[in-house]
Amino acid sequence: MSALRELSREFDARRAGLLVRVLPPGLYAGRARMLVMRSALASRSVWLAIVSGFFEPLFYLIAMGQGLGSLVGTVSGPSGQQLSYAAFIAPGLLATSAMNGAIYDSTFSFFIKLKYAKLYDAMLATPLGPVDIALGEIGWALLRGGMYSAGFLGVMLTIGLISSPWALLALPAALFVASAFASIGIAATSFMRSWQDFDLVQLAVVPMFLFSATFFPLSVYPSAVQWLVQAFPLYHAVSLIRSLTTGVAGWSALGHVTYFVVMATVGFMVASRRLTTLLLR
Amino acid sequence: MSDSLVQARGLRKRFGEFEAVRGIDIDVRAGEVFGFLGPNGAGKSSTMRMIACVSPRSDGELQVLGMDPDVDGPQIRARLGVVPQQDNLDVELSVRDNLHVYGRYFGMSRAAVRVKATELLDFVQLTDRADDPVEQLSGGMKRRLTIARSLVNDPELMLLDEPTTGLDPQARHLLWDRLFRLKQHGATLIITTHYMDEAEQLCDRLVVMDGGLIVAEGSPQELITRYSTREVLELRFPPGAEASWPETLRDLADRVEQLPDRLLLYAADGEAVLAAAHRRGVQPTSTLVRRSTLEDVFLRLTGRSLVH
Repeated sequence: MSALRELSREFDARRAGLLVRVLPPGLYAGRARMLVMRSALASRSVWLAIVSGFFEPLFYLIAMGQGLGSLVGTVSGPSGQQLSYAAFIAPGLLATSAMNGAIYDSTFSFFIKLKYAKLYDAMLATPLGPVDIALGEIGWALLRGGMYSAGFLGVMLTIGLISSPWALLALPAALFVASAFASIGIAATSFMRSWQDFDLVQLAVVPMFLFSATFFPLSVYPSAVQWLVQAFPLYHAVSLIRSLTTGVAGWSALGHVTYFVVMATVGFMVASRRLTTLLLR
Repeated sequence: MSDSLVQARGLRKRFGEFEAVRGIDIDVRAGEVFGFLGPNGAGKSSTMRMIACVSPRSDGELQVLGMDPDVDGPQIRARLGVVPQQDNLDVELSVRDNLHVYGRYFGMSRAAVRVKATELLDFVQLTDRADDPVEQLSGGMKRRLTIARSLVNDPELMLLDEPTTGLDPQARHLLWDRLFRLKQHGATLIITTHYMDEAEQLCDRLVVMDGGLIVAEGSPQELITRYSTREVLELRFPPGAEASWPETLRDLADRVEQLPDRLLLYAADGEAVLAAAHRRGVQPTSTLVRRSTLEDVFLRLTGRSLVH
């Protein structure tokens, strides 16, 4: 255990070394994991809200997959193979749960801690800097998105909606998705001024959930609209995870992963800069 | 380099067009309680934030614990204890976990932080509330917990921004008692306040700030000696009746201040002035002879009373 701790400390120190070179000095103490620890501790008092996040995609799966699915019959999968409707939408719901888990903590919770609880002002009276805060909060949101994804993946496995061992990679894929949404969520929230601005989050998330080839294939759209849908991050998440759970993963998966790496990096850089401006004024 | 824990020369802070701190010099020595006294908006909190390394200075020199906040912010903050103006405790955590988590931010081990939390809860008399959520605490208790939290890293320098504002008298006295004990144990404290009694009780040395500048500096007693008289005679009149009296009484005292509700006559011997005033036919509704306080110093320096 202590060896593990040593290792993680060393890892933190090296990462600090790397980040210090790309960021102004004094913004990073290499202790982002303390924020993750803090969030885990705080989550004990809101465990019900956290657990409820598991059930949302499950309810969709039952209502749409089993209910609507009995009318739909089978659907063509990514390589033209026939899938039950439930097996078609389940990876879409998995991607959505990774997104939702990450979005909740990086928008609403983050806003409260930033503006009302003044939690980060308290942290800045310690060696922690804005970069620790950005990394730590992204880390926790990612963990929460990952937990939902793991739970949902377990359900998919149990009721036989997984048709390939590639599905094992759906969990790391979901972590990429969650980290990208968490980073962008924090970056966007740092610009928000009041609760009204959060309507914009809903405005982004709900259509994305409905139209990112979650419930029907991309081929349903006219080609002009297909381009638009393909720009959505959730479309890439759904495609990536669907290709893994149905076992047709190809080089295109790397394209999707690249999309999320870029999104996460941009989000993290913007979030760090904004937090520096907001907290060290 | 001197042995000052904080040294500022020509320190300035601008927010856009507004200049909150307009060039101040400070030296805070080890083991002393140093006060910033002044009304709201005087620039006290801006100065404190610069010393706390969370607000880059706009101009001038600043050294805290011998280091430059612009370069070594995290290293300096690791050795400071900060009590902010508004409590920012972690309301999602219990009383004890607030101390635990905070210690971990400083890089302390779990074992070390456990021992420290128990010791600090005892020091601020919150041991029996250790497992309660923070939200259930009273204002005074939250303040005490914030002070305990600021001590978790054994700071070499403590920064307290209006530590007792908004507390009832009993809670204030309990807090002063704790701060006084810290002082006796050799801690160096920097306090901002707009309470005169707080400054007089706690501070070894203080600066009076007004409009972003330091207008006076010294120990509370030095300031009183320099800027006020030994005693003050306060005369209260019925509303509207006091207007004509200052001229009648001006030659009796070293200085006369007219406040909305009373007249202050500064003199070495207050009773003598009162007797002379009575002989001249002055008939106030009530009278009070008291010793000069920092409030009088402030009035003299800025022409305004501090607490309205």
